[in-house]
Amino acid sequence: MSRIQTVFQRLQADGRKALIPFVTAGFPEPALTLPLMRALVDGGADVIELGVPFSDPMADGPTIQRASERALEQGMSLRKVLDTVRAFRAGNAETPVVLMGYANPIEAMGVGNFVAAASEAGVDGVLVVDYPPEECTGFTRAAKAAGLDPIFLLAPTSTEQRFADVAAAGSGYIYYVSLKGVTGSGRLDIDEVARRIPQIRAAVGLPVGVGFGIRDAESARRIGAVADAVVIGSRIIEEIEQAPAGEAVARVHAFMRSIRAALDAIEPATGVKS
Amino acid sequence: MEFDKQMADMPYQFPDASGHFGPHGGVFVAETLMPALAELREAYAACQADPTFMAEFEYELKHYVGRPSPIYHAKRWSETLGGAQIYLKREDLNHTGAHKVNNCIGQALLARRMGKQRVIAETGAGQHGVATATIAARYGMECVVYMGSEDVKRQAANVYRMKLLGATVVPVESGSKTLKDALNEAMRDWVTNVADTFYIIGTVAGPHPYPLLVRDFQTVIGKECLVQMPEMAGRQPDYVIACVGGGSNAIGIFHPYIGAEGVRLVGVEAAGDGLETGRHAAPLTTDAPVGVLHGNRTYLMQDEDGQIIETHSISAGLDYPGVGPEHAWLKDSKRAEYVAATDAEALQAFHDLCRYEGIIPALESSHALAYAAKLAPTLPRDQILLVNLSGRGDKDMHTVAERSGIQF
Ligand SMILES: Cc1ncc(COP(=O)(O)O)c(C=O)c1O
Repeated sequence: MSRIQTVFQRLQADGRKALIPFVTAGFPEPALTLPLMRALVDGGADVIELGVPFSDPMADGPTIQRASERALEQGMSLRKVLDTVRAFRAGNAETPVVLMGYANPIEAMGVGNFVAAASEAGVDGVLVVDYPPEECTGFTRAAKAAGLDPIFLLAPTSTEQRFADVAAAGSGYIYYVSLKGVTGSGRLDIDEVARRIPQIRAAVGLPVGVGFGIRDAESARRIGAVADAVVIGSRIIEEIEQAPAGEAVARVHAFMRSIRAALDAIEPATGVKS
Repeated sequence: MEFDKQMADMPYQFPDASGHFGPHGGVFVAETLMPALAELREAYAACQADPTFMAEFEYELKHYVGRPSPIYHAKRWSETLGGAQIYLKREDLNHTGAHKVNNCIGQALLARRMGKQRVIAETGAGQHGVATATIAARYGMECVVYMGSEDVKRQAANVYRMKLLGATVVPVESGSKTLKDALNEAMRDWVTNVADTFYIIGTVAGPHPYPLLVRDFQTVIGKECLVQMPEMAGRQPDYVIACVGGGSNAIGIFHPYIGAEGVRLVGVEAAGDGLETGRHAAPLTTDAPVGVLHGNRTYLMQDEDGQIIETHSISAGLDYPGVGPEHAWLKDSKRAEYVAATDAEALQAFHDLCRYEGIIPALESSHALAYAAKLAPTLPRDQILLVNLSGRGDKDMHTVAERSGIQF
């Protein structure tokens, strides 16, 4: 069983929701990525999404664009992201790491080389924003063969046919983009999310994580009440940006604690929390 | 009309149903846009099958743009060069001054059919932005144009033109602050406002069906040439030459000639400071690695880590790290050849056309002229080069003057 599956099964057994933070690798500086990842785990992360910086992050809002630019300026690269995961894995055998990024750096490395290197480094899943399932059948096959979960997005605009395409290609979990827009936007429609999640879960048969637009304990709690996992990205990058020098790791840790507490206060749908 | 029959029989069938030109093209976008692109494919298919759509498009091209654009025999320049005869397809005479408007009208009509009241566009030099703003004014649509903040500074006159036409111009501060970043930002707008917004892409790039529909709207250029060349010169040309940024003016004139054996198709990229300096915008000529950007797979200027690198060209309209996927395929299949002209060569051709023919060409088009000027003297006088003069140079006055050390 994959690390991602193991995590979701354990959480489900405990009636808890997964907390999936996102950080851009190499931001605010490459040396801080590993301490930040450890702080995320300490703060209650169940899975870590690690952003692979790209020069043209078409699906990202200003916050994550800035983070990618800063990371690239400091020489971050896909190879260095994999080195970081390897270092993280040396001290943590349980927490799944999902790489999130764009197709071109992966294609530049070569799909075969990438999946082999990622698997060897201890990566668990890969979400390529600009790879819809129909354009990456070779990648999906190679990833699965190497023990990596290919993770796909669904959106408010997705049709049932899209659910089926994603169900056939994806594993690990589904990332439901909770709004039309880019990362960091603020237009979260919780009722819409609540209506869609059961449909997706039924059609796809995988846990559903919701992301884009979740910014605080309150929105996390409300999304967590309907989804299997809550993904928080831009808000964590903002915490890092706003932290006084030397305090980014502590700020992120404290923020994670607040979200974890909100998620753990959700009553399981099946009964009263014991 | 033997020729037309040959055209009709041609086996060239690209893109395939899923938008691929061999290994190139495709639909590489985030999930949110997949349904919008499916909707666009369906709407476009319906329009293609609807004679009233094509009739409206043709009416606009005739009465608003001023088509057909003439072909002009540049006799004095050809004489000076002392070889093949150079003919110019005069897209510079179109309303708004370039070929871009053909495509804008097609897409705006499509937007209207789809009930979208807001159009957005990316622009580099500002030509596509001006053409989009023009058509939006013509049809009473809201128009937002994304433009890299570096380009906003360099192209102040076009920014003002767009504003006069009622468009909102949004400077883009991310990345290299040029065309590719404007495209990223337009995509972000589209993802966010996909329900009521139509994205008018300015070249034959982007996710399927854009490379297909932009091509179709631009092939009016080559179709006119098929009829005009026999009238002008008694036959079809030996070479068809066009500059390649994203590749829309080139595909517009090449496509109707693809099935015409014996007609060589030559795309001219921007060699900037020189191919050997690395400061250029010539992914095809330099055999750049194939990758994924802006929704399609194609040759892309990138570093070893797959990050897109900054390009350099005197002409903002050619300053793009990728190229439309159909050109990638025409290169692979060897049906077209790709070469490059430097800034200096393009400027020389720019000045020559001004002096010998009384035509001020766009700097983009000057790259095609530069290659024609190089090729013509190597060929006999009875050979014919047809060059797509994709736009006029009014917008480039500032750039050219600056290069000559002149301040207005
Ligand atoms: C006059 C002119 N020619 C050519 C181009 C390059 O675009 P494409 O390669 O799509 O024709 C531009 C783009 O701005 C242009 O303004």
